[in-house]
Amino acid sequence: MNLSIHLDTTVNHAVVQEIEDDNLVPAIEAISLNVYYADFLAVREVDIAIQKQKITALIGPSGCGKSTVLRAFNRMNDLIPVARTEGEVLFHGQNIYSQGVDPVEVRKRIGMVFQKPNPFPKSIYDNIAWGARINGFQGKKSQMDDLVEQTLLGAALWDEVKDKLQDSGLSLSGGQQQRLCIARTIAVRPDIILMDEPCSALDPISTLKIEELMRDLSDDYTIIIVTHNMQQAARVSDFTAFFTLTEDRAGVLMEYGNTTDLFTNPKQQVTEDYITGRFG
Amino acid sequence: MKDQRDRGNQYFSPRLDQAAPDLFKDNLGSRHRRGSIWKVVFQISTVIGIIALATLILKIFNDTMGYAAIEYKQPPSTLAAGETSLDLMTCDQLWPILAANVSANRLRTIERDTPRESLSQQDCYNLVLYEVAEPKAKQTWSLLASIFNFEEIQAIVDEKYPEGDLEFKVWLNKSFIVSPQSDDPLRAGIKTAILGSLFIIVIVILFSFPIGVAASIYLEEYATQNRFNRIIQTNINNLAGVPSIIYGMLGLAVFVRFLEPITSGTLFGIGDPTTANGRTILSAGLTLSLLILPVVIINGQEAIRAVPNSLRQASYGMGASKWQTVWSHVLPNALPGILTGTILAVSRAFGETAPLVVVGAATFITFSPENIFSKFTSVPIQIYQWTARPQDAFQNIAAAAIIVLLILLLVLNATAVLLRNRYSRRW
Repeated sequence: MNLSIHLDTTVNHAVVQEIEDDNLVPAIEAISLNVYYADFLAVREVDIAIQKQKITALIGPSGCGKSTVLRAFNRMNDLIPVARTEGEVLFHGQNIYSQGVDPVEVRKRIGMVFQKPNPFPKSIYDNIAWGARINGFQGKKSQMDDLVEQTLLGAALWDEVKDKLQDSGLSLSGGQQQRLCIARTIAVRPDIILMDEPCSALDPISTLKIEELMRDLSDDYTIIIVTHNMQQAARVSDFTAFFTLTEDRAGVLMEYGNTTDLFTNPKQQVTEDYITGRFG
Repeated sequence: MKDQRDRGNQYFSPRLDQAAPDLFKDNLGSRHRRGSIWKVVFQISTVIGIIALATLILKIFNDTMGYAAIEYKQPPSTLAAGETSLDLMTCDQLWPILAANVSANRLRTIERDTPRESLSQQDCYNLVLYEVAEPKAKQTWSLLASIFNFEEIQAIVDEKYPEGDLEFKVWLNKSFIVSPQSDDPLRAGIKTAILGSLFIIVIVILFSFPIGVAASIYLEEYATQNRFNRIIQTNINNLAGVPSIIYGMLGLAVFVRFLEPITSGTLFGIGDPTTANGRTILSAGLTLSLLILPVVIINGQEAIRAVPNSLRQASYGMGASKWQTVWSHVLPNALPGILTGTILAVSRAFGETAPLVVVGAATFITFSPENIFSKFTSVPIQIYQWTARPQDAFQNIAAAAIIVLLILLLVLNATAVLLRNRYSRRW
């Protein structure tokens, strides 16, 4: 299929990169996405189609709106009173911003992992079980035990915590806490996992483990990751989207394509400047 | 200044001086000096606070014990007829003394009210003491005066009260705690007031805690930022500073007058007709609930605001609804703060006097409150009333009552600290 990227014409850039691959199916798609914080336009006219069961990295300099775009995918921006979203985000062909769509349902299908590990101040077991319970889990205790075990196995955390499931989630190390957060997200069985700089608070070893985990998870889940670390984007992602700022400080999507292509052969001068470290 | 610089230069090369000799002045000495001056100021302030507190406590303790000149209608020594002192005699020995000295009518009344078989030795002794000996406290002295001016006191007693005895009295004692109010300071106790205060506090907690917490949840988690909600918020903040007497007026108008059928209990048919004018424990409790409600709400809001936003985000990010987020994460984590704030507000209500005066606390009740529709008094009201009396001895029992009030407040505040430590978590 053809994947066309249309950049905003008002910034006088236009790059259309074509990805030829018949196996690709978009999991979620933003069309003319504008996000305002009060009167400030934070993200302008972003069109992007995220591919199913692939890892897409959003990179760019600070303040370019990549986190805002990420949060637009599961309506987390709704929690900010002054935030306002225009345009469409299509998920299973449905605009998640249209009338009658319940943001709670959206967030159940599109989970999120945050920058700072934020396990609930509950036991490790309850960190996993809580999400299932609130989303209507009806099984017996033994089935819940299975679910917790399977989820922790899936998040590559089971071996480290199987003997202390009743300990507080906060007793784990930073990297383990972050994997616990990923685990509790996949316990709800979402389609898409959004990750907002999941490794920025972690040491390199923990980062590596999370990256391995992301590769494993991409067999079953679509993952979108915001990262400041370009090596991480290059290592872990299948596709990369580069965002930058325009003169009025609005974030725009500059270039989007296959990660290898974008890093080895960027089409835009500004992309090349950024990934070679000349700015940002 | 000069030697300071030299001393500094002993160890370090003067880099700043070389780089910009005119822009930097060597002020290390004056910086340290200023710091020391402020430290002394802070220490003096702390000491002043400690002195004030110590004076208060000393003054109160000073009044709770000391010598008292007591005159008897019939001195206990003559009653005991030289055998032994009255308080060591058994009931069987005491009863004839009682029978011999009161009228036949009075004896029948006593026997009807308190059958002899049910009386302990202490009860018998009290009967003889108050029915026959009838002590009257003529003049009292504080503890310090008793210790240092004993001879002077002795001389005064010999001169002014030749009939009287000089006794050392501890005014804060067991019988003071368990006795009802009386117009004789030697017999008066604080029981009715303590019970009244406890009844009121239970009502205050039952009303202000759920309403206050619910309101703070609404204001923090649900209310959107608009003009209307900002006005409400500002008003709550201002209400927290309104003088308590104003709440007393409100309570008088609303609970005592307007809602009289409810607050006096006549609507439910359980009110006592003698108190059916709305001046009941229920009215007082509701008035004090209103008084502390703004404080409970503000404290609740603070506690809820202190729950890290990352927890809410994590919860929403997993598809939790607002209610699930509030119930499972916000409330459990805000609970220690909410409890602490509420208990501190409740202890404020515990010590309130002015609104209760307006709502109509009775200053003289000798019977304990039975239910929330009873007439009442409270510990601070009792203290207020006793300190207004001219007799010496009432000042002493007022001091004793203050100690009781302080201990009760201390217990409440200690509970707050314990709850906070018990439930506080880190994240």
